[in-house]
Amino acid sequence: MSAGQGAGPAGGGKWTVLRRREAVGPLEYTRRWWMRLTVGATFLMLYAPIILLVVYSFNDSRRNIVWRGFTFKYYEKAWNNESLIEAFVNSLAIAVVNTLVATILGVLVAIALWRFRFPGKAAYEGFMMLPIVIPEICMGVAMMAFFARVGWPTGLPWPLTLSNIMIAHIAFSFPFVAVTVRGRLVGFNRELEDASKDLGASEWQTMRYIVLPYLRPGIIAGALIAFTLSLDDFVITFFTAGPNSVTLPVKIFSMVRFSVTPEVNAASTVLIVITVIATVLAMRFQSPSRRAGGEEG
Amino acid sequence: MESWRKNPVVFWLLNLGPAFWLFVFFIVPLTIVWVVSFGEKRGIVDIEITWTLANYVRAVEPLYLEIFWKSIVMAGIATLACLIVGYPVAFAIAFAPERLKAILLIAVVLPFWINALIRTYALIAVFRSRGSINFGLEWLWEQANGLLGLIGLGELALLGEKFAPLPLLYNNTAVTLGIVYAFFPFMVLPLYANIEKIDRSYIEASLDLGAGQWRTFFSVIFPLTWHGVMSGVIIVFVPALGAFFIPDLLGGTDSQLIGNVIERQFKSANDWPFGGALSFLLMYLTFGALALRAAVSGRKQGLEA
Repeated sequence: MSAGQGAGPAGGGKWTVLRRREAVGPLEYTRRWWMRLTVGATFLMLYAPIILLVVYSFNDSRRNIVWRGFTFKYYEKAWNNESLIEAFVNSLAIAVVNTLVATILGVLVAIALWRFRFPGKAAYEGFMMLPIVIPEICMGVAMMAFFARVGWPTGLPWPLTLSNIMIAHIAFSFPFVAVTVRGRLVGFNRELEDASKDLGASEWQTMRYIVLPYLRPGIIAGALIAFTLSLDDFVITFFTAGPNSVTLPVKIFSMVRFSVTPEVNAASTVLIVITVIATVLAMRFQSPSRRAGGEEG
Repeated sequence: MESWRKNPVVFWLLNLGPAFWLFVFFIVPLTIVWVVSFGEKRGIVDIEITWTLANYVRAVEPLYLEIFWKSIVMAGIATLACLIVGYPVAFAIAFAPERLKAILLIAVVLPFWINALIRTYALIAVFRSRGSINFGLEWLWEQANGLLGLIGLGELALLGEKFAPLPLLYNNTAVTLGIVYAFFPFMVLPLYANIEKIDRSYIEASLDLGAGQWRTFFSVIFPLTWHGVMSGVIIVFVPALGAFFIPDLLGGTDSQLIGNVIERQFKSANDWPFGGALSFLLMYLTFGALALRAAVSGRKQGLEA
C-alpha cells in the first residue's frame, strides 16, 4: 500500500495517471533534488582531491596547479629515483610475504573458530580481534619496543632486513583475513562435511576437497585484503622500519614532509592504482553472485 | 560445532600457528610497552622497571591532559561532521534502486582503500596557499575585479590590491577536515546497514498519519537507526583519537594531538616509559569507547526483545 494513494483528490482519470508517473513518491528519496545535491556534493568532496592528485601527476608544470600539458616526465623521474624504487620493491616484497603467511594463519584460525568449541574461546576470539580495534599507533610503538628489546638483528642481507616489518604486518593483517574467511564459512552447509566423512574421506581429504574449495573466494578476498593492508600500511611500518628498510608509504611521507612535488603525485598514483585493482578484485570475489556454490576454475 | 577434545590433533594443527603469532608478535609486544610504562629512564637506552606510577602522573599533568582533551574534542567534532555528512549519503544509498545502490556503495568504500597518507597529501594540494581552492578563489577574485573595472570602480581596489590566499592549511580546521576525509567511509557503512534494515511500512505509517518528512525522520527513522549511529560514531572516533600523521601534515604548531606526543616519545624524545604510559592511556580510552558501544547496543537489544 502506498502512502501517496490517499493524498490526491479524485480528479480526472487520465490526468492523474500521467501525473502520478512523474511525481516523486514519499519514499523515493533518491529522486529529491536536495538529496541528490547533498550526495553529489559529498562524492565531489570525496573524489576531487584524489582525482586532482592523479591529474597533476601528468601535468607538465612544477607549480602543480595550472595545466600545462600532458607528460610522463614525473613517472620517469620517479622511476629513476633509486631510493623510491627501492622503497617500492621493499613494499612489494613485504606485501607478498605478508599475503602468503597472513592468509595461511587467517584461514587456519577461521576454520578452528568455526569448527571447535573449547574453553576460553570467547577470550581467544577477543584477543584475535584486538589487532583490528586497537589504535594503530599503539601497535606501532609496541612493535618498535619489541624488536628493540629482543635485539632483532639489523645488519641482515636484503630480504631479511625487512623481516621485522613482515612480522608486524602479518600480526595485524591475519585477523582481517580470519574475519573475511569466517564470513564465508557462515554459509557453509556442515552436512557436506559430515557426508564426506561418512563416505570414508579422511580429515585431510575432507579439508582439501570439500572445505577449501568452498572457501576459495573467501580466501582469495582475504589474501587481497592482506596484500592491500600491507602495501598501504604507514603507521606500523613507520615505527618498525629502519634506515635500510624504507617502504613506499614511509618514503612518500618523508617526501611530503619535505615538499609537495609532482614526483610524489606519480608515486602515489602508482600505489593508488595497485591498491584499487586489488580491492576491486577482492570485492568481486566476495560478491554474493559467487557465493551460490559451483565455483568456476 | 564439535568439542576440541574429539579431535585434538586437528585442533592444535589449526590453532598452533595463529596462536603463536598472536602471542609472540602481538601480546608480548604490548606487554613490553605496558611494563616499560612503569619504568624509569636511566640513560639513552636504559630503562629500569621500578613499577613507578610517575609516568601516569605526568600524563595527567595539565599540559598533557589538555592535549588529551583536545584530541577528544577534535576527534569528536570530526565524528559529528562525519555523521552529519554521512547520514544523508547512507540514507540515499539505502533508498536507491538496486543497481545504483551497488555502484554507490563501491564509490563510498573505494577511497577508503586508497592509502590514508596519500589522501592526506591530496588534501594538502587542495588547501595550501597555492592550492586548488585558493586558485579557484583567485580566479573568482580576478573576474570580480575585472567586472568592477568595467563599471568604473577599478581604481578603488575594493577587493584589495592583491589577492590574499586564505590560510586553509596548518591549522586545527585543516586537521579536523583531514580526519573527516580519512574516516568518512567508516561512518557510512554501518549507517547504511541499519537504514537498509528499517521496515519501510513504519515510515509510510508515520507519513500516512500526518507526520511530515522531518518529524518522521526525527521520531521514526533516526531512533530506528540508533545502532548504526553508535557503531559509526565509535568506528570513526577510535582511530581519529589516535591519528598522528594527519595533524603532523595538516596541522600547525598548536595542532599537536595525543598521537603526535606518543610518536615523539618513541622517535625523537626517546622517553619510552612516558610514551608507553600515554599509549596505554589512549588504549584504555579506546576500550572505554568500545565498552560504551557494547553497553548501549546491549541495552537497546534488551528493549527490543
